[in-house]
Amino acid sequence: MSETTQTTPSPEATVRAHLIPEAVIRIAGNSQDGIQAMGSILARLAGRTEQEVMTFMTIPSTISGGPSIFQLRIGSGEVLSAGDEADFLLAFYQHSYEEHIHSLRKGGIVLYDTDHVEPRPEWQKDYVHIGVPISTQTIEAIGGTARDKGKNIFALGVVARMFDLNVPKLEQLINERFRGKDESVVRNALLAFHAGYAYAANHLQDIFRLAESRKRERVQVVMNGNEALAYGLIAAGVRFGAAYPITPWSDVMETLRRELPKYGGMFIQCEDEIAAISMAIGASYAGRVAVTGSSGPGISLKSEAVGWAVNAEVPLVIIDIQRGGPSTGLPTNVEQSDLYIACFGSHGDAPRVVLAPADVEDCFYTAIEAVNIARQYSVPVFILSDQSIATRIEAFPEPELEKVCQDISPDFTPVPEHKPYDLSAPDGITHHIPPGTKVLNGKYPVLPGLEHDEMGHPSASPKMHMAMTAKRRRKLQALARNLPRPQPYGPAQGDVLLVGWGSTRGPIREAVDRARAQGLNVSALHLRYLNPLPNGLEEIFAGFRHIFVVEMNDEGLYGYGQLAALLRARYCNPNIRGINKTDGLTFKVREILERLQEKLAGLQGRPVTLQA
Amino acid sequence: MSTATLTTNQQRPPAPAAEEPKPLTKKELAADHPTWCPGCGDFSVLAIYFKLMERARIRHENIVTVSGIGCSSRFPYFVQAHGAHFIHGRALPFASGVSLTRPDLHVFVFSGDGDAFSIGGNHFIHTARRNVNLTLVVMDNQVYGLTKKQTSPASGGGVKSKTDPWGAVDQPLNPIKQAIAAGATFVARTTHTNPNHLLQMMEAALQHEGFSFIECLSECVEFYEGAFDAANPRKGGVFNTVPANHDVTDEVAAYQLADAPFPGYFGIFYQVKRPTRNQREQEIIQAAREKVKHLQDWQILQQTFDRMK
Repeated sequence: MSETTQTTPSPEATVRAHLIPEAVIRIAGNSQDGIQAMGSILARLAGRTEQEVMTFMTIPSTISGGPSIFQLRIGSGEVLSAGDEADFLLAFYQHSYEEHIHSLRKGGIVLYDTDHVEPRPEWQKDYVHIGVPISTQTIEAIGGTARDKGKNIFALGVVARMFDLNVPKLEQLINERFRGKDESVVRNALLAFHAGYAYAANHLQDIFRLAESRKRERVQVVMNGNEALAYGLIAAGVRFGAAYPITPWSDVMETLRRELPKYGGMFIQCEDEIAAISMAIGASYAGRVAVTGSSGPGISLKSEAVGWAVNAEVPLVIIDIQRGGPSTGLPTNVEQSDLYIACFGSHGDAPRVVLAPADVEDCFYTAIEAVNIARQYSVPVFILSDQSIATRIEAFPEPELEKVCQDISPDFTPVPEHKPYDLSAPDGITHHIPPGTKVLNGKYPVLPGLEHDEMGHPSASPKMHMAMTAKRRRKLQALARNLPRPQPYGPAQGDVLLVGWGSTRGPIREAVDRARAQGLNVSALHLRYLNPLPNGLEEIFAGFRHIFVVEMNDEGLYGYGQLAALLRARYCNPNIRGINKTDGLTFKVREILERLQEKLAGLQGRPVTLQA
Repeated sequence: MSTATLTTNQQRPPAPAAEEPKPLTKKELAADHPTWCPGCGDFSVLAIYFKLMERARIRHENIVTVSGIGCSSRFPYFVQAHGAHFIHGRALPFASGVSLTRPDLHVFVFSGDGDAFSIGGNHFIHTARRNVNLTLVVMDNQVYGLTKKQTSPASGGGVKSKTDPWGAVDQPLNPIKQAIAAGATFVARTTHTNPNHLLQMMEAALQHEGFSFIECLSECVEFYEGAFDAANPRKGGVFNTVPANHDVTDEVAAYQLADAPFPGYFGIFYQVKRPTRNQREQEIIQAAREKVKHLQDWQILQQTFDRMK
């Protein structure tokens, strides 16, 4: 929050206004305090005022209660991560204060609820302390309730004043948030908001104005990654899905259950994970590609059915919102440890496609791409998202819906004859005819789990198994040839290439920016296509002395994370190494740079100066 | 089966030609020669399935035959029609995906006692409860035949197998009681040795709207020979039909009938009308589309995005 003091006159003579390019705000409380509501209102406001925004939240894996945080980074420039250090901490309780004050940068501001927090004298010199009796002031504003309802909105009023946010737009957002509830709820929320605003205006001297951001060509929409996936699937034409609830996947299915009927579709909550994927495969077979999804243990349960879809060559989209594993693991934390199961999780040789979106916007477009690849290559396609993209809110340019929405209704035109597994098809790519289609020669297809001949009927002949195994592989080799070649971020040659996949793209790019600002020769490469890998990576890798794959998973038995091991196996390049972590949290920019420094020092036998 | 309306944005298959085509013959309906052992009860179920198609004048393209794993589950390969041979125990959810999205099709699932009641037991319960519009025929031989004589959940107490050389230990499952308790809306029992009765049950199931379940005793001549002789008058047994005065909507009476010791009764034990999951989903769709009926799909999504700014 580097700032310049503004000299513009202010209504109150004592007010000092500071102009800042961006702000990182962390709100810490308990999970039932409505801090997510407060955070998402702020994120939405940023979207409407053409700011960039990215959020980060933690929720306890308990039903109710437990510490929770919401962090937002709002900026007029490009925002790539939720920010390493906060400029501003809002602490509702003593534990929020004590656990999160160290996430503040030195000189940052902590605003605390004097009704619950006893500030510690030893921290007063490093952080600016501002006490506000949030709980009592809220009760005073909206009437007494012992449950402290509304203090999140009071605090929102304080923040609105401190950052000189657009009040009419915030009022509108509060209205929208509580619309549909009792009118008194909206009235109380607005009362609390204005009380907070007024309190800050009377008691706080400094206000921080965010610099105006560049004008955008398209208005922004604000949503989290799970919503973006759900709406992407709808845009892609998916009209059927089936799943079983599991964190953090569930809100994709909740959104689709609510939305699909508007489009003539449906989403079925099944008795278990296996039923869910089976039902989705059945619907896909019936003519229109369908979706299932899960997290962690649920993906393990689906593996056998994935193998059937590979063998029968039925298109399908499988979403995996990765969380910490193995087993029940860390249900509300992030990890990128499902790459292997997505690529290989079935018995036998069962090639399938694996895509990983890099951010919330990419979730929307990846969903469409997954549907189209599944249809074009008659293959199951995994979308590997993760807990951090699933729950974080971003603002991104509104997609041109009229252009991107597609109709994938099945075609029932009668065919003279049909060979579902025609071995002479170019690149092994064949397509099914949906049931309901008349075959004029009277020979109908059966979709098999058994190895089969070209009509789908069982065949255990060695020749046929070899030919069909190759057919299923050749399709994906053709896909690999058609994938766009990834471009490095930064120069195509240098000392270090940081390779990432999925949600780490933002912090990796920011790490590259910081390293390059210090004159270091660091570039990055982001992979969206993980199975098959796109062609052309050898040439990119050849341009760098060191290649580090930055992943949120374990370094494994042989010292390499899951993508790093795949890349080493594929390219036999000994310069490929890993930067891994398993703390269940997203990478901080500083962490990447520190770990890189350590790794380079280890390789070169001397300290490397690479300051974060 | 269903005549429910298709979802509004799904294309319909072309309407059948005005001229009524001739019923399909067995020759037109038969595909691969069955791989079953000579004398297997499953032959009779296949023959009756062809007969059903012929009599109901159903065309190849309008049926889907789905199965899981087991001797019985090779069924779709022997039928000249659209079909799928899915994984062990999961034919019902697969078939539900077909039925829910394609109300224009007749969906039949053929399964065995291991496939339907053991590995697929959970799906049996929930498909019945959901009342998805499809027909399940379980060819019950009370033994695992494909894997050569292991205990099945329907194996009676004392039946010897390779996994229970001293005789089955656990209480056998009663499929009829299980189906009624789970909420199936059509529950019938028949046997392969009485083809006319089997055909009657299949025809009644075809006409039933909702989840129809037929338990068909189907002897495994290789690993459990003579298991059902007591139900076969030609082998000195008795074939007792459900009493004429039985009220098929009386759940308790159906349950009591199902408790009769082997060979028990044959016929429709239970049949009620309850909205199918297919219908319920169509109601949800119709209510949702009422609000957006003049909009194209992208415009509906646009409305949603307008609220996310």
